[in-house]
Amino acid sequence: MDNSKTRDGFSLAALHAGDRAEFARVVDTYYEMVYRLAIRMLSNPQDAEDILQETFIKAYRKFHNFDGRSSVSTWLYRIATNEALMFLRRQHPELTPIDDTYENDEGLEKPAHIVDWCCLPEEELMSAEAQAYLDEAVESLPPNLRVVFILRDIQGLSTRETAEVLNLTEMAVKTRLSRARFKLRELLSKYYGEKVAEESKP
Amino acid sequence: MMSHEDCRYLLGSLSEFVDGSLEIDVCAEIERHLAECDDCRIVVDSLKKTIYLYHASAEQASIPEGVKERLFRSLELDDLLPK
Repeated sequence: MDNSKTRDGFSLAALHAGDRAEFARVVDTYYEMVYRLAIRMLSNPQDAEDILQETFIKAYRKFHNFDGRSSVSTWLYRIATNEALMFLRRQHPELTPIDDTYENDEGLEKPAHIVDWCCLPEEELMSAEAQAYLDEAVESLPPNLRVVFILRDIQGLSTRETAEVLNLTEMAVKTRLSRARFKLRELLSKYYGEKVAEESKP
Repeated sequence: MMSHEDCRYLLGSLSEFVDGSLEIDVCAEIERHLAECDDCRIVVDSLKKTIYLYHASAEQASIPEGVKERLFRSLELDDLLPK
């Protein structure tokens, strides 16, 4: 077995040695992934770009600490989510809960909007207006739910990978994801429910 | 047979249900309930659709012009910028 490669195929020895070309290959492979996470977390292109740059600056400085137990992508996600969450904390110190009360399902609210909007035409579901509403809905989630939803349902990480990035148990990831999805389902049902009502008017 | 009081009890499992990551017997229990509870079926369908829409929107999102070039410059890697 070749121990000198990371799980995602980069040379661990070169990265440890600060090799610029290998680092450039990492940047080129993952900058889009980091930018997409940042823009979803912060909703502002300039802030997202700052987080993107900060993530790779930190990565370059810290690569000697990277032990290869996770993939480079998971490790970058860890740096980027930390940066984004710290940014949000600085921006809105009042919004970030200190304690985490999301570890059980007890408080999952009973669905309030029960409207069947799934049969709306695709162009209505995916219109520019709907897209803006979807973005706003994610922004309205508390940061610790938002980050789980983005990693799992937008970036497509597995529960295990998300747990690894956020240093959470898999159970905590599932619980937070469930809460985030239900909150979004509620908001989307309110929005699309109005469209269904409009369509059924004579 | 499950009653409407079970809707609340099922809520906490529905997210994993739509992921298909529940054990077979729990899944079967939920499916039996969905067959007779319209509200829960709508909740499950709209939950699935919510996830689908975000998944679809992720694929459409593009990276603004110049982000890559500015990133390579800020890292002093301009000479290694892929063509």
